[in-house]
Amino acid sequence: MLEIKNLSARIDDKEILRGIDLVVPQGEIHAIMGPNGAGKSTLSYVLSGRDGYEVTGGTATLNGVDLLAMAPEERAAAGVFLAFQYPVELPGVGNANFIRTALNAILRARGEPELDAVAFLKRARAEIKRLAMPEDMLKRNVNVGFSGGEKKRNEVLQMALLRPRIAILDETDSGLDIDALKIVADGVNALRGPDFSALVITHYQRLLDHIVPDYVHVLANGRIVRSGGPELAHELEAHGYAGLEAA
Amino acid sequence: MSDLLANLPGRHLEAWHYTDLKALKSFAFAAPAPAAIDSALLPDLAMNRIVFVNGFLDEALSVLPAWARLSSHEATKSDLPLAILNAQHRQAGIAIDIPDDVDAGAILLISISQAGAPIALFPRHRISLGRNAKLTLIDIAQGEGVYWHNPVSEISLADAAQLSHYRLQDEAEAAFHTATIFADIAASAAYESFSLVLGGQLSRAEFHARLGGAGADIHLNAAQLLAGTQHADFTSVVSHDAPHCASRQTVKSVLAGHSRGVFQGRIEVARAAQKTDGYQMNQALLLSPHAEIDSKPELEIFADDVKCSHGATIGALDPEQIFYLRSRGIPEPEARAMLIRAFIDEALAPVTHDQARALLERAIEGAWSKLVS
Amino acid sequence: MPAIAETLDTVQQITGSTYKYGFETDIEMEFAPRGLNEAIVRLISEKKGEPEWLLAWRLKSFAAWQKMEEPNWARVKHPPIDYNDLYYYAAPKRPAPKSLADVDPDLLAMYEKLGIPLNERASLAGVAVDAVFDSVSVATTFRESLSKVGVIFCSISEAVREHPELVRKYLGSVVPAGDNYFTALNSAVFSDGSFVFIPRGVRCPMELSTYFRINARNTGQFERTLIIAEEGASVSYLEGCTAPMRDENQLHAAVVELVALDEAKIKYSTVQNWYPGDAQGRGGIYNFVTKRGACRGANSKISWTQVETGSAITWKYPSCILQGEGSVGEFYSVAVTNNHQQADTGTKMIHLGANTSSTIIAKGISAGQSNNTYRGLVRIMPNARNARNFTQCDSLLIGDRCGAHTVPYIECRNPTGKVEHEATTSKIADDQLFYCRSRGLSEEDSVGLIVNGFCKDVLKELPMEFAVEAQKLLAVSLEGSVG
Repeated sequence: MLEIKNLSARIDDKEILRGIDLVVPQGEIHAIMGPNGAGKSTLSYVLSGRDGYEVTGGTATLNGVDLLAMAPEERAAAGVFLAFQYPVELPGVGNANFIRTALNAILRARGEPELDAVAFLKRARAEIKRLAMPEDMLKRNVNVGFSGGEKKRNEVLQMALLRPRIAILDETDSGLDIDALKIVADGVNALRGPDFSALVITHYQRLLDHIVPDYVHVLANGRIVRSGGPELAHELEAHGYAGLEAA
Repeated sequence: MSDLLANLPGRHLEAWHYTDLKALKSFAFAAPAPAAIDSALLPDLAMNRIVFVNGFLDEALSVLPAWARLSSHEATKSDLPLAILNAQHRQAGIAIDIPDDVDAGAILLISISQAGAPIALFPRHRISLGRNAKLTLIDIAQGEGVYWHNPVSEISLADAAQLSHYRLQDEAEAAFHTATIFADIAASAAYESFSLVLGGQLSRAEFHARLGGAGADIHLNAAQLLAGTQHADFTSVVSHDAPHCASRQTVKSVLAGHSRGVFQGRIEVARAAQKTDGYQMNQALLLSPHAEIDSKPELEIFADDVKCSHGATIGALDPEQIFYLRSRGIPEPEARAMLIRAFIDEALAPVTHDQARALLERAIEGAWSKLVS
Repeated sequence: MPAIAETLDTVQQITGSTYKYGFETDIEMEFAPRGLNEAIVRLISEKKGEPEWLLAWRLKSFAAWQKMEEPNWARVKHPPIDYNDLYYYAAPKRPAPKSLADVDPDLLAMYEKLGIPLNERASLAGVAVDAVFDSVSVATTFRESLSKVGVIFCSISEAVREHPELVRKYLGSVVPAGDNYFTALNSAVFSDGSFVFIPRGVRCPMELSTYFRINARNTGQFERTLIIAEEGASVSYLEGCTAPMRDENQLHAAVVELVALDEAKIKYSTVQNWYPGDAQGRGGIYNFVTKRGACRGANSKISWTQVETGSAITWKYPSCILQGEGSVGEFYSVAVTNNHQQADTGTKMIHLGANTSSTIIAKGISAGQSNNTYRGLVRIMPNARNARNFTQCDSLLIGDRCGAHTVPYIECRNPTGKVEHEATTSKIADDQLFYCRSRGLSEEDSVGLIVNGFCKDVLKELPMEFAVEAQKLLAVSLEGSVG
């Protein structure tokens, strides 16, 4: 269970998050919607531990463990996964080597046995097949020369192999055509289950047609201003975000 | 060897602008004496081997094929100050002669220095490949103590010969290493070279390669992994003297601590060398606020129908990339190591020989701790 | 294509030679005795009625020069220069004019012929000109309208008299007298040049330009230019240079110093068309010039643009000292060499302050039996956090008897620095040439067109009025290089 209490954060001297309260119980998928500049990406970076964001108050825990005190890799080992809005290119780093190194680092941190190359490749190939991704995705350098859609699918592949407890999808739908959007959504849906929860951050409702959330929250001006069921997304689509800042 | 240090090149010479040899003057180098070493020091490679200890061929440890023998041949004339010094004080070296059309496989040439008191070594090696001959040469320099290793290698490749030359400079921390390599490459011959620079307090590898026949080809790559107060200089002059030749050069410098990397590369294209294809790249990664890179990629071109380009980039590790790796669960030191390894990967491209590749990969692995800490 | 048509016109107008500025003007001159010694230095200073401190500075520079050696690291070759066989001072005999109306009509006619009318009504709109003839400034236009906004634009001799405190404060502060052999020589014997001062907050309302003319035989020209832009000021300055055609070589050793304070911007453009010598390599100017700008203030900017087509030998590295935080240095260069010309030119970008950035775009074109070298230094010092440099050097060879060389020096001592250098060497592709010719252009016109395209990134940095002139100059300089 991800529990965020009164979380505030700033970049340089600019207050971005102003007291966020949010609970995502195990097994649920929650969506966070909001206008540009509301603090959506900041929330995802603060939860995953990127440098440059100063937490000025509040807490964030995963199953009772304080996330904010941990290094990014420790959060990953604890089960946090951030699907980047703009996945980073790593020239010279092979994708398979990258994911296996990450998986084994997480396994090691958890005191579980590591996977050898053969076992890993077997598992990776199975996921690739299930996600209808091209086989050569593992051989290429991480995100180098990938199209926008391929980069997002690579994020989903990593998510499927690393098996996080909570996945944060930061505007994963941006720049995707409808086919790629479906593949990504299928990837997330396939992970749904009692041990997996997700925070789906998006500006538009269309992703939520494919990943149907249990709850929808509206983030504006650094605070959650409304919460509701999936129908809230449709309401926002129809009426826009205008007026929410005042709520 | 008292006159040894009288004729060292000074920084007023353009070719020595970035590298100062005056540190050599703090030592009184003596001539070396034979020593015995533990065979465990030798890398485990399934191939013939030539073992030099303190400049003397160790016959017990060496496994020499018929085409390799000890030799103290005449030095070819040169106006390079260190090659002149080598010629004056030269010691016997290996002479390799591969006959025409023979594929000689791979051989290890290892020079181990065991210096109690400071010693200076001036071996001169000669490697000749006949027409259409082939050889892979793994060339390792290592040792203990304070010593100055100033080898000269003269390489000549006849038409269509192919030499793969993989150099591992893993000298002792306090050692000086100044190697000069001359390579004369005939028509359609190929010289594939990679140098891994790890050791020594002050080192320089200086290549003078001449593409003398049409269709000759050279790959002159290197990686410098430096830390502490190490200074390493990679200098090369590639002369295109014939048409339709290609030269490729990728040199990567990874600099930690107070280390200093130097790259000087010159491509010379003579009037006759039309259709030359020349490429040269130096990329440096500065891991510390005290590290320094000096890079001088140079083109000198006298033929008009050529394609030559060079480039240099300098930067630090990208924090975005480090964060991406860490967000996937990879601890920071490992993330840095992965990115550094990826950074130098391109330079390793010419290393196609499996055993050589594995040896160099292991040596790189062994260097992480000094770079990442 | 209009530029090409005009070029052809220009070429046809010139009989027997492609250098259209090669005439000599017969003006009664006053010379200092031939040779260089302390007495000559005193004489120059005395002729100009200089204060004691300046004479002392000259003598100190002369003493330093005597102990120095000519630099030999550049890729240029020339017979030894006999510094005692030159005239160091030559000036028209008529007394210095008080206003444009007093300028010798023969001089006005000469500048007219060079395309630089000094009559304000006839001149290019919005361009003020300082005309330097051999050792002295003969006229400066638009001075009054400039002085209304506080801009000082005059000869440096006049500035020494009228604004000694400014000259004393800044002269030699960017290029120390003993910086190199030629700056020491210049500091000892400099004769005239331009002085520009833009006060705080003023945008100079017009282009300023200096036109340098070497006329007299066996005379060295040692001009000195000093431009100061105070806080928030900005100015665009252009210099042009020509000389008569002569069989002997003539020496030109100038020093240019620029100072930009906080938020100031200086744009300095050069169209260098000194006589390059003839097709056999006889004669021409030795152009040994030191140009340096100091970005002293935060967010200041100095931009050098040069089109170098003339001179037998060019030795010139307009540089930027990027000291102020966030300051910006730029160097845009086209260097064309033909026949036996030798050019060794480039820049130095010294990054001292945080967040400084520099851009270098250099295009070299070699033809005939010439040698064209780009030599450039980019140095990132330990305190220059987040410094950035981008360098692009492209060389084009026309014919197989010339040389094109690229010698960058890149030194980085700060891990947050980011430096990128790219260089290419190529020739004009046969398919480009064929494409143009199949559309009806002659081979020579096609080359002109392609070369202009190759230089576009630099030419677009020139002030409009001069961009067209520079394009024509490129085509004329390459005359006879193909076919």
